[in-house]
Amino acid sequence: MNWLTETHWSPYIVGIGIGILSWLTFLISKKPIGCSTAFARTSGMIEKLFRGKKVEQKLYYKEVEPVVDWEWMLVLGVVIGALISALLSGDFRWQWVPSRWAATFGTAVFPRVIVAITGGICLGFGARWAGGCTSGHGISGTLQLAVSSWVAAISFFIGGIITALLLYNVIG
Amino acid sequence: MDNKQMEPDKKKKKLSPLLWGLVFGIVFGFLLQKGGVTRYDVIAGQLLLQDFTVLKVMLSAVLTGMIGIYFMKTLGWVELHPKPGSVGISIIGGLIFGVGFAVLGYCPGTIAGAIGNGYLDALVGGVVGILLGAGLFASIYPKLKDGILKKGDFGKITLPQLFKVNDWVVIVPLCILLAGLLYWIEKAGF
Repeated sequence: MNWLTETHWSPYIVGIGIGILSWLTFLISKKPIGCSTAFARTSGMIEKLFRGKKVEQKLYYKEVEPVVDWEWMLVLGVVIGALISALLSGDFRWQWVPSRWAATFGTAVFPRVIVAITGGICLGFGARWAGGCTSGHGISGTLQLAVSSWVAAISFFIGGIITALLLYNVIG
Repeated sequence: MDNKQMEPDKKKKKLSPLLWGLVFGIVFGFLLQKGGVTRYDVIAGQLLLQDFTVLKVMLSAVLTGMIGIYFMKTLGWVELHPKPGSVGISIIGGLIFGVGFAVLGYCPGTIAGAIGNGYLDALVGGVVGILLGAGLFASIYPKLKDGILKKGDFGKITLPQLFKVNDWVVIVPLCILLAGLLYWIEKAGF
């Protein structure tokens, strides 16, 4: 069982595993793997805590109800699965600043967190605008050959590559 | 969720789809962590075109998934669930997402894995941002819905439907193309 405690697997093995997992989610749950809608639902649930029932009257939350559903449990599962994998291999660690970031922008925690929040806002906003994320469009949608997903996934990478190059080569 | 099964053991039947979601999520998270894509360094490295792990994982998942799903579709075992899209939705939304992808260095799936990995910039920064961004979109959605999101609509359509050909006419060449791309990336030493 050494393979369970290895830190990294070949990206091809991991990719094939995710592909086979997608067969099972289609077959058993009749759903493609996706993650970003769960964040929209959670955002609605949190807003409900502060503003009460009237949040449900928002057009968006009529279409995407703020409830725990299959995909929400999937995202919760991802946290648990990654934790199990990291603990088994000893790769788990509390870390504020990733090393690639630190090498260019320094080891201070505050700037990294502020930039992460800013990036997160863009990501959450863009994922809902595009109707999916790197898993929902990038993997599940493209493997179904959905036109929307191929266009979205290519746009993710065009936007991402340009931004990353600017961030690390112009600002950094 | 199925609504045909209501009456007697309603609770039990309603619970199991959620449990399956959790089980599939655990496997997905385990794989993402083993693939190294729960790390900022790997995702930023991909977008800087220095580390091609993300693309290798994604393309091999797409290749494997596509062949299996379409095989099962041909047998009548599964139905497809393509998402709607338009120029306004997919390109503009995709580019905004891309900017966030690079600035944050995680995506909505891998950030859940990053939290499991102990990465606090993901938990304290990224997740807060994603929830704010999703909430912001929900607030302005009524203004966008019948405007920019409708621009250049292409609907819930797949590539074979678009080209009006048999599914496998697209799948076979695409598999060769994607496998060739992976081979080329590997050969080039990435």
